[in-house]
Amino acid sequence: MASPSPKSPEQSDKSKKYDRQLRLWGDHGQKLLEKSKICLINATALGTEILKSLVLPGIGAFTIVDGEKVTEEDIGSNFFLEETSIGMPRAQAATQGLLELNPDVRGDYIDESPEHVMAHTQDFFNNFTVVIATALPEKVLMPLSRQLWATGVPLVVCRSIGFLGYVRLQIKEHCVVEAHPDNEAPDLRLDKPWPALRTHLDKVDVSSLGTKERSHVPALTILYYYMQKYKEMHGGSLPKTRSEKDELRKMIRTSLPPDGDTSGALEENYEQAVRFVNVCINSIGVSAQIQAILDDERCTNLTSESSSFWIICAALRELVQSEGSLPVRGSLPDMAADTTSYVTLQQLYQRQAQLQAEAVYRRAVQIARSLGQSPDIISEAEVKLFCKHSSELYVLRGNCIADEYQNSSPNIAPYLEDPESLMFYYVILRGLERFISEYNTYPGQFDDQVEPDVLKLKTLIGKLLSEWGCPTPVTSDDRVHEVCRYGGAELHSVSAMLGGCTAHEVIKLITHQYKPINNTFIYDAITSTSATFFL
Amino acid sequence: MTENPDSSQKRWGHLRKVLERPGPFSHPDFEPSSEILDFVMTTCKVLVIGAGGLGCELLKDLALMGFKQLHVIDMDTIELSNLNRQFLFRHKDIGSSKAEVAAAFINKRVKGCQVVPHFCKIQDYDETFYRQFHIIVCGLDSIVARRWINGMLISMLNYEDGTLDQTSIIPMIDGGTEGFKGHARVIVPGISACIDCTLDLYPPQVTYPLCTIANTPRLPEHCIEYVKIIQWPKENPWGTVIDGDDSQHISWIYEKSMERALQFNITGVTYRLVQGVVKNIIPAVASTNATIAAICATEVFKLATSCCVSLNNYLVFNDVDGIYSYTFEYEKKDDCLACSQIPQTLPIKDPNKMKLKNLIELFCESTTYQMKNPGLTTNIDGKNKTLYISTIKSIEERTRENLNKTLVELGLKDGSEIMVVDLTSPNTLIVKLKFLNEDVEMSS
Ligand SMILES: [Zn+2]
Repeated sequence: MASPSPKSPEQSDKSKKYDRQLRLWGDHGQKLLEKSKICLINATALGTEILKSLVLPGIGAFTIVDGEKVTEEDIGSNFFLEETSIGMPRAQAATQGLLELNPDVRGDYIDESPEHVMAHTQDFFNNFTVVIATALPEKVLMPLSRQLWATGVPLVVCRSIGFLGYVRLQIKEHCVVEAHPDNEAPDLRLDKPWPALRTHLDKVDVSSLGTKERSHVPALTILYYYMQKYKEMHGGSLPKTRSEKDELRKMIRTSLPPDGDTSGALEENYEQAVRFVNVCINSIGVSAQIQAILDDERCTNLTSESSSFWIICAALRELVQSEGSLPVRGSLPDMAADTTSYVTLQQLYQRQAQLQAEAVYRRAVQIARSLGQSPDIISEAEVKLFCKHSSELYVLRGNCIADEYQNSSPNIAPYLEDPESLMFYYVILRGLERFISEYNTYPGQFDDQVEPDVLKLKTLIGKLLSEWGCPTPVTSDDRVHEVCRYGGAELHSVSAMLGGCTAHEVIKLITHQYKPINNTFIYDAITSTSATFFL
Repeated sequence: MTENPDSSQKRWGHLRKVLERPGPFSHPDFEPSSEILDFVMTTCKVLVIGAGGLGCELLKDLALMGFKQLHVIDMDTIELSNLNRQFLFRHKDIGSSKAEVAAAFINKRVKGCQVVPHFCKIQDYDETFYRQFHIIVCGLDSIVARRWINGMLISMLNYEDGTLDQTSIIPMIDGGTEGFKGHARVIVPGISACIDCTLDLYPPQVTYPLCTIANTPRLPEHCIEYVKIIQWPKENPWGTVIDGDDSQHISWIYEKSMERALQFNITGVTYRLVQGVVKNIIPAVASTNATIAAICATEVFKLATSCCVSLNNYLVFNDVDGIYSYTFEYEKKDDCLACSQIPQTLPIKDPNKMKLKNLIELFCESTTYQMKNPGLTTNIDGKNKTLYISTIKSIEERTRENLNKTLVELGLKDGSEIMVVDLTSPNTLIVKLKFLNEDVEMSS
């Protein structure tokens, strides 16, 4: 079978293996993933579940830091530890188990406690893309949190206890280029067409088209035509209110040509034009969120340390200042039309997006140079992506866990007015941390100590609340009792749920796609509910 | 009570704490004791349907939540593109049965666990097989299969004088994912909303109009569909139907699609897109599967142990923007096709105009029915009559001419009952026709 035209690109085994995820974060997301180095502190069931969902999609490498030996109880909840590994260093056994999952991933381990590593190799944790810590006691968490906050390495702290889960993200600043919003309105610029688009659209006199041409004209052209008519009738202004938009819709609906059929049924393209009224006329100004990013100090005061994100932002800012709007996205929704009319329009959008991206790219390179940075840090592909997604840019600013723990007046009281709020569990988990620091064991760890531990934990929580100036007794006794009942038990299915969620948060941090949580996630498996708080 | 040394092992200390201690949030029926874990380990039989992305996770989760009497059923074999998430499989396993490899892995890793694999379709088994289970968990990507097992569990319900015999109920937990979205739900057949009660959750797949594909293509997808639907049957390069897993087939479609796209000045045809369109690929990642399967496994544990009240009854999950979950109760549908026990009435506007093929289209396209290839029989004047069945070649040939006959021409009357058999249910659906047009002319 001779085939004159393009040969199929040979698909590598890697792209076949990762096919289902490449459709989500693309080859560029995968590349970042493959360059990443992840550190896991403590190979608990939760810890290995997180790493599992990172090793499978193909992170570059991981390192496990854990000074514990594998126990019988570990085997009962941790899938990556086997009966034969009891007594072995937990870091080593878990590393072996996880490496089996994906030959493309490298992994190593340090059979030392995190305290020891911190004390002996000061900057050890600074060399990772993300550090994940599970079951880490407060006294180690505090200095680690401070250290990583200072160096800008993201830290993810998680805990799984009984039916409860906790994930806390610490990151100073995180920039997202592709947020992948669920429903995005098309970016058509009909209210403010650039010259080439205007010239093209002005050429078509929709009302004088014959029946056949009429059924092939794209909805966009129809809408533009009646927008002009509307403007002529309304002193040059476009419909804003609902009734004004209804009027425009009516103009489109009642625009039957003299020879048209009178069945009252609109042709598909006219139906679409009517539907476009809502999404397409809203003036594409710059949203407050995006404006805030463009006006951010990091964008207006660039330094020789500025990242490519902020340099491109600065270049984008100049374009927005001169043109009054963000670059055109360059994509066109499908609409009933003949091929040529549609493709011509599409090419106009693509061309404009291309020109604007090139302008931003040239400017960004200049800026990088003027900052004394290598122009190579700006890639054309990155700028293109940036411009295409400029309406969804997102900058997350978190705060430091050590600051949260030392904050004497966290903003939690309003949540506690709702008796169902999962914020209660946050308070209890903070109490639990103190319990562990003070008694070196989990509350309820021993069968005969459950009741006494309930009292001890209540006292600790009471103290915390009074330190925070919260009215006591504000927490529910039942919940304290429930947490003591767990006695530090780690239920596999709860850890697996948190493991999946946390792994995806780490993937967000690595790929700069999708918005991560900010900053505390609580999961209650009893009620199958979850909540996110900013603390 | 038999002696069970295993459940008292230190290894299961985590589970014992939540099962042997009283808790303020447990189910009203919960009485903490060591017997609960014994039941989970020795008696409670759980069937996992599907050994794919969710199934692998479910088996791991259940095995580590103490379940030992596990069965897994899956008709598929392992492919390279499974390995980014179906973590019980390795490169060397490609081509082997998913169910068998998954079962062997779990049995080796979790000592004492006895997963029994079934390398076949769920339709290959009948009620006697399904009756042995206490709980069924589904990790499926097919709506048809979900509906089929749902129908099976409903057909197994026992009603005595209109009262549901509680012991005939087998609860079903259903999970599903697509990219970073997913759901988990608990179905108590006959009591809470079933799969068919919520059929509007599964809108029929979007298809492109044929005239667009043939005459006015605009998107790369239109070009690919053209090659798939029009060019392939015409040129039939290998004399077979398209096999989405055959790279030669995909390459051919890719090349032809590129040609067509070039001809129309359309950009964006890629090999990946061709594969996606031809195979109708749904993106999938390890993390979402892990999350949804774990929520389902937790619900199995709750049902088996009564340690907490079950999810009531639907949870949606999405971690595109932060981590979002929402739990709500789906209502049972009063006239549900599968679980309502209410005879279905189908209003027919114009029986003189409606042809049998229109009726079949209605069964396939309406949100209420969403059938695949329904086979229709009826009873006319006490005699069984096959109206149309497409799945058996000889009957198809014999009944094909009925497709263009109107309902009246076929002898159907107001009140006639049509028996419908379809892949979406193991049960025959009886639909009573209600002719809205009273003045029915007799066929000439
Ligand atoms: Zn139902």
